[in-house]
Amino acid sequence: MTRLIVRHQTIYTYVPPGGRAAMRLRLFPTSYATQEIGTWQVTVNETAIEPSYRNACAIPEALWAHDGPTNEVSIIATGVINREEDAGVIKGLKERMPRGVFLRRTPLTTADSAVEALADDIKGDTVLETLHALSAAVREAVAYTSKSTSMATSAAEALAQGTGVCQDHAHVFIAAARHLGIPSRYIAGYYYAGQDEDLSETHGWAESFVPDLGWVGFDISNETCPTAAHIRLVCGLDADDAAPIKGLINGQSNETLKASVAITSSSSQSQQQQQQ
Amino acid sequence: MMRVVRIREFCLFDEMRNNGEVRAPYHLVAKWLDDIGLDLLSVRAEEAEAIFRRIGITFAVYGEGGDPERLIPFDLIPRVLGASEWDRLAEAIKQRAKALNAFLYDIYHRREILRAGIIPERLVIENSAYLPEMVGFDPPGRVYSHVVGVDLVRTGEAAFSVLEDNCRTPSGVSYMLENREITMRMFPELFGDGKVRSVDTYPHDLRRTLEEVAPPACTNSRPAIAVLTPGPFNSAYYEHSFLADLMGAELVEARDLEVHEGRVWRRTTRGLDVIDVIYRRIDDAFLDPLIFNKESVLGVPGLMNAYLSGGVTICSAPGAGVADDKAIYTYVPDMIDFYLGEKPLIPNVETYKLSNPDDLAYTLDHLDSLVVKEVAGSGGYGMLIGPRSTASERKLYAQRIEKDPAAFIAQPTLDLSTAPTLIGGEIKPRHVDLRPFCLVGKNVRLTPGGLTRVALREGSLVVNSSQGGGVKDTWVLAKDPS
Repeated sequence: MTRLIVRHQTIYTYVPPGGRAAMRLRLFPTSYATQEIGTWQVTVNETAIEPSYRNACAIPEALWAHDGPTNEVSIIATGVINREEDAGVIKGLKERMPRGVFLRRTPLTTADSAVEALADDIKGDTVLETLHALSAAVREAVAYTSKSTSMATSAAEALAQGTGVCQDHAHVFIAAARHLGIPSRYIAGYYYAGQDEDLSETHGWAESFVPDLGWVGFDISNETCPTAAHIRLVCGLDADDAAPIKGLINGQSNETLKASVAITSSSSQSQQQQQQ
Repeated sequence: MMRVVRIREFCLFDEMRNNGEVRAPYHLVAKWLDDIGLDLLSVRAEEAEAIFRRIGITFAVYGEGGDPERLIPFDLIPRVLGASEWDRLAEAIKQRAKALNAFLYDIYHRREILRAGIIPERLVIENSAYLPEMVGFDPPGRVYSHVVGVDLVRTGEAAFSVLEDNCRTPSGVSYMLENREITMRMFPELFGDGKVRSVDTYPHDLRRTLEEVAPPACTNSRPAIAVLTPGPFNSAYYEHSFLADLMGAELVEARDLEVHEGRVWRRTTRGLDVIDVIYRRIDDAFLDPLIFNKESVLGVPGLMNAYLSGGVTICSAPGAGVADDKAIYTYVPDMIDFYLGEKPLIPNVETYKLSNPDDLAYTLDHLDSLVVKEVAGSGGYGMLIGPRSTASERKLYAQRIEKDPAAFIAQPTLDLSTAPTLIGGEIKPRHVDLRPFCLVGKNVRLTPGGLTRVALREGSLVVNSSQGGGVKDTWVLAKDPS
């Protein structure tokens, strides 16, 4: 068992102060066979916040609303998660979403002819083999280059430029897998990469539905199935649909975002990165 | 099992005369027309139009130049349904409304009808109107579509069929009420003895329906109701404000509402008032920018969170649109059988699904005799009416079909029944349809009447108000003449 201590902080600053703000928060990891929530707390501007319902993928959702004026919104998610190795296979998650939903195309995951060609070239005897080969092919076709894409970059665009980050790897993989008729979805989560690794605020990977196994994760960027260092947070059709934080604020003000994720494993030192 | 009607050619049915004889339900109207005479009728028609203009009942029409706030032409000669004929229709409409709601509950829960292979899973689950956010959620009373507008056409004495279902935000009920208002004002003598059943219970019934589906969090003994409108630029804004007034509900736009503590609040000059039930007349995409459409300025951030956690009820439910998709329409008779164990009391119109290669080939070969519709279209936009089309229109439309056959259905051109209509000072037969409004809460309620739409151009089959159709008062008789 791996014990991971997480502190995920996101600070939005508004100049001049904004008006009424509303945020949709999905910062609550869920328990399943190999992921157990020890303790977990989410606060917004130091007030604890609880989820008001769970969606059909068993992801809890909370809403935070504030009348304004809004100078700063500081969101902290912190706690202890216990993980077991599971080769990326998700078991014991109480979800009710029909798998067919994850065959839908979204603007970020629409396969163009290049994505389709990449998918059609994959040779695998089984669905699982096909997915492993697809993961490797996507990693091959899209070089990991930080800051080479944005939140709005689509699967087709990332493949065309041949560079991207974890989000783009996952989008290309999902678009290709759906083209092959395999239900696939985007996972936003935390990843403990050891001490000296540089990674983005939250990590992104994919899950596909494999007959007889169920949902299986593929971390394309790290060329692995999720391990005990991966914490599963939100699932959705794409990175936008699975965004842990979505917010709206009234008025015209400049927003600056500062985020940091610090993860400590009980057997290691902490690590921290800052993003501006 | 034959579940659809084949429409026989040339079976024009007139609502007033059958084989030259006035039909029993029309005796009252026929006598009245004889008594009043054409000249006086024309004078009254002008008066009625002036009243409509003064009240300002308009309907914005898209896709045409000219006046964007056109008056919908009102025809003074009522359309009449007999008592027993209406009773049969009423049973059939209620049956349909129940089946459609059972279907919606099923597809967002156990999906039995898909597991049983009765409806292809793809048609439902990959339908853009199917909202993943709604999966597993139990709306109060298990009702999704609280106002079901069922469009009926008639092709013979006992031959009614359903042209389409409107489960999201059917409009037109204000015309049903206003048309009656005007007819009563012009000809009070016709209504004095209760021969015609009243329609003015509708707003009260709508309010009761909405109160019956108040959310778990509601503590008001009389739930607070709001009608949510996109605003004055919407084509049906008049109806939104009219219904809010009659129901004693608040008329609100999204900017008047906010969500906190899991409830929805209306901003007023005196502070915040809680809202229990929202009768929304805006589309799903504009409900909540945190969930659906980020660009939407119309939505209420957090509305879906309040709804899904039991703090407010949204009517109709988000995601109810799957039930009135035209590709799903073809399966409504199966739903009636599957959920209710009953035979459909009114059949569907025979429909070709162009996702099916045989139907596609047949349709492309017979474009000149069929009506082709977009699966997701509404309001009569984007249709091809074969018999009224030119060769070049058909060619263009065929190209659209071939690009994405599954986006279209085709139906035979129906010989809709005609009803006597005042055209240029004379009485002429014009094609009509009928849209009753069925209310579904804890109980199912149906106002005796509906909206009769009439195609004013000679021979035209398009009755949609957005396509230049007019409306008539619709009478349901309390007793059939003996």
